[in-house]
Formats: sequence, C-alpha cells, structure tokens
Amino acid sequence: MSDVLRASSGRTRDRRLPSSWWRRHREWITPALLLAPGLILFLLIIVIPTLQSFRISLYDWDGMGPMSWVGLGNYRELIVDPQFLTSLRNNVIWLVLFLIAPVGGLALALLVNQKIRGIRLAKSLFFMPLVLAPVTVGVVYSWFYDPTFGMMALIFQAFGATAPAILSDPELVTFGIVAAALWPQVAFCMVLFLAGLNNLDEDVLGAGRVDGARGFLMFWHVVLPQLRAASFIALTVTVIGALRSFDLIAIMTQGGPYGSSSVLAYQMYEQAIFSYRMGYAAAIATVLFAVMAVFITWYLSRVVRAERRRDR
Amino acid sequence: MSYPFPVQQARPAIRALYPVAIIVVLTLWLLPLFAISLTSIRTSEDLMVGNYWGWPKSFNLLENYQAVFTQTAMARFFFNSLVITLPTVFFVMILSTMMGFVLARYRFRGNMLLFALLIGGNFIPHQILMIPVRDFMLKVGLYDTPYALILFHTVFQTGFATLFMRNFIAELPGELFEAAKVEGTSPWQVLWHIVTPLVRPALAALGVLIFTFVWNDYFWALVLTQADTVRPVTAGLATLRGQYVTAWNIIAAATVLVAIPPVVMFFLMQRHFVAGLTMGAVKG
Repeated sequence: MSDVLRASSGRTRDRRLPSSWWRRHREWITPALLLAPGLILFLLIIVIPTLQSFRISLYDWDGMGPMSWVGLGNYRELIVDPQFLTSLRNNVIWLVLFLIAPVGGLALALLVNQKIRGIRLAKSLFFMPLVLAPVTVGVVYSWFYDPTFGMMALIFQAFGATAPAILSDPELVTFGIVAAALWPQVAFCMVLFLAGLNNLDEDVLGAGRVDGARGFLMFWHVVLPQLRAASFIALTVTVIGALRSFDLIAIMTQGGPYGSSSVLAYQMYEQAIFSYRMGYAAAIATVLFAVMAVFITWYLSRVVRAERRRDR
Repeated sequence: MSYPFPVQQARPAIRALYPVAIIVVLTLWLLPLFAISLTSIRTSEDLMVGNYWGWPKSFNLLENYQAVFTQTAMARFFFNSLVITLPTVFFVMILSTMMGFVLARYRFRGNMLLFALLIGGNFIPHQILMIPVRDFMLKVGLYDTPYALILFHTVFQTGFATLFMRNFIAELPGELFEAAKVEGTSPWQVLWHIVTPLVRPALAALGVLIFTFVWNDYFWALVLTQADTVRPVTAGLATLRGQYVTAWNIIAAATVLVAIPPVVMFFLMQRHFVAGLTMGAVKG
C-alpha cells in the first residue's frame, strides 16, 4: 500500500530532520504507519475470519478434531432442514415488522419537535430505551408478557379475558419478541428524524406555507422530501438491526418453544455452541451474510457515490 | 420556522392539551421501565401474595439492592464490565483518530476501498466472525480472559469509529492544513498539534457511544467468556435469571443496576450522544 500513497504536498524544508531519505519519504511513511496497526488488526479479526467462515462451511467439523471436506453438503442439508426454514421465515417476519420503526420514529419525532416547557426532558425520556442493553429489554419484556403476573395478564384481566402465554405460543412468540425489539429501534429512528427535522430548509417551508400547502399535503410534498437523508439512514439501520437480531431471542426464549422463535443468527450460535457442528453453523452464517450483503452493497453503492460527488 | 408548526400558533384548546398528550404517550412508552423499577423495591412478601403491579405494601429499596451486591456475583460482573469497556474506549479513540486522519487528509489509491471495507465490516453479521474469532482466541490463550473481549471490541468498534473520525476531520477547515504544509510541519506534528485539540468534541461523542455499545454487548460475552470472574454484566444478568427464578425483586434490582451506567452516561452527555448517533449514522 505504501508505494501507492501519494503525498499530498510538495517538498518542504525542515532543518530538524537529519536524514534526507526520511525527509523525502516521510510524507507517505507517516500515514502508512498511522494506518498500519488498525489495518492489521482489522484484517486479522474481521476480514480473515469472514473468509475462514466461508471455508469452514464446506467442511464437517466438530471444532476440535480433523476437518473433513463435504463440499456443498452443509448447504444441501440446510435447504431441507425444517428448522432452517423456520428461522428464515422468522427473519422475514422481523424484517417486515421492523419497518414499523421508521414510521413510528417519525411520528414520535413530529410529536415532540415543539418548543414548549419541559420538552427537552421529554425527548431524553423518549430516547432512553435506545441506551438500554438488549439484555435489559429482554428481561423487562419477558416479565411484561408473563401470563400469570405480567402486565399483559393484568390488562387482559381488566377486560375479563385470559392473557395468551405469548412467549410459549409458537404462533405468537416471534411477534412478542419483535414488539420488544421495536421499542429501542423506534427510539433510534426518532433520534435520526429529529436531527432531520432540525435541518429543514426554512425558506422552502415558508414558501410551501405561502403557497397554501397545509396538513398532509405540506407533510408529503414539502417536509418528507427534505427528510430523505434521515429516512435513508433510518431504513438502513432498521434493516440491519432486524437481520442481526440475536440478543432478545437468546434472552427471552432461546429460540423456543421448539425452535419456533429462532432466526438464522440464533440457529447458527446454537449449532456451533451446543451441537458442535461448526461446518453447518458456518453455512448458516454464510447464508445470513449473503442476505445482508445485498443490503450492504446497496447501501455502500449509495454512500460511495455521494462521497465521490463530494470529492469533485 | 420549524415543522410541525409551533403549537403556540394553534387554537387554545390544542395548545392546552398538547403537553397532556405528550405525557400520556410518554407514560405508555416508559411503562415497562416503571414496572421494573417498582418491582425492584418490593418485598418478597408482596410478591408472594401476588402483588406484582399494585402499590408496594412496604419499600425494600436498600435491602434489595444490597442483596444484589451481597448475595450475587453482580459486583464482580460490574467490575468485569468496567475492565473490558474502559480500555476498549481508550484504544478505539487512539486507533480511530490515527486512521481517520489519514483517510480524511491523504488521497491515495485504495482510500475509497478502505472506506468501503470499514463500512462493510461494520454491518456484517457477527455470526460470520464467531467460529474463527473464538478459535483464534483459544489458540493464542486469550479465551475466557478480559483481553479477548477488549481485543475484539476494540477492532470491531474501530471500524465504525474510524468512519466517524474521518468524517469529522474532513470537515475541519482546510486552511489549517494548507498553512501547516507551507510551514513544512511534519504529519506527526499536524496530527498532534492541529488535529488532536480540534477533535475533542468528536472524541467525547465517540466515547459515550462506544462505551454504550461495548457495555451492552451480549453475544461476544457469551462466545468469548465462560467464568464468572470474567463475564460482564449482560451475561451475568442472564445467568442470574436462571438462578433466581422466583426472586423477581432481586432480578429487577439487578436489571436496573445494569441499565444505570449507560443511562447516566446518556443523560450527562446527551448532546454528544445524539450528535454522535446522527452524524456517524452508519452504525447498525
């Protein structure tokens, strides 16, 4: 890399530096040295392990003994594994339901974007779920849903009904976990949209108002187009967050009952840690990676294009 | 002018009801937190007779929180979390300032590739790293030590942090760097005397964010640690839940304790936190 570093300045005189070799080359040596530690660690801990996982997915391996080559065997097993299909279906449910987060976040941002007394404190309190550990959120909601003494049960009793045992019902469990996960995610989107609302172009708003735009028309044609950057980011973090879901499932159900709330990330962990099937687990991780790579590529292409435009 | 239009311009009825509406929504929003806080100060007798949601008969605030520290390993988990989180924040700040400076101020072939690699690395699923990283830590003897988590988190967070610092340093006025060039200042001096003092606000924002991300991590705590002497609070709380199945007041108190450091950090540094999240909004 060092030889391609193009020094950004011409030759400069500096009497304090002894060697002329150093003086000639320091313009690229220093930046190379500054990049080196981070870059080496990044290769060692992120890039190489990713490639290793691809490789492991082609083997049968218990994590300790010898590895035996099975080619695409793990993937062939995957597509007929009912648990894999359940996990994949749950990932889709997560993804679709998580799209509530940008909408809900925008609604809350619109609600609190006012200059009234105490609004700063209100905003902070709305943000709070965002800083809680997913483990905390998981414990709080598990208990909220508890069919005998949870808040849920209490609300149902008030209407003379019996609360469903959400976390032990295979049909409801994923929805219950997603609802818990939406809590911090909505807060996240709210923060992003509030930043967007603070950067609206006042002249455009004024012009819209003079032109008689109000209510929904104003929002749709004047405000929303200006929130494009915030929406883009909110959508990205939401999609990535949905596909990455692991913590809440591990805390609230451990994939249960009978694997009905598992997702790819959790199934992978389970296969590796509890079943010692590293090859199979790596294959699940690779599938998850492939799904996310689609979104990452889409995101990257947009960001890199914007970056190039700014450079010019 | 802002949007939505100021409620002060609305009809009196709406103006009067607006704060009420916000309070109602906020109360519903934080209901789970009220519930857990209330339970954390209940007595066991209250729980025994099924008084989970009513007003507590008597308060057990001190006793419950004391029990968390004396009867469980929570104090140890807290210490472990600090031992993991603080050095990570420190290393991330140093590495990301160095890398961000180069990415923002030097144009070289591969700059854009590196930029893309860092964003990509930041978004990948953790599971794709799990088996090889765990294997690596076992091989070098770091598995089940705080160093494994410090090393992993430092590297992973440096990706995001570098992008963050790069964007911040790129926004600094170019004249400063032009002047340094004319003076013949070495890159080290530029970094130390010009960049470092100017990036302090960015580092503050980064510090709070990284602290929260690392403190809240659960997946890597599960994957890279095992012993109670190493596990951070998140994994510790999960273990506790298995041991104290019925002592909800104790679990609730422990849960509140786990939440306190990031929440306090957030309230103290709210401006930085929000600025960090919205500026470096590439974080997943």
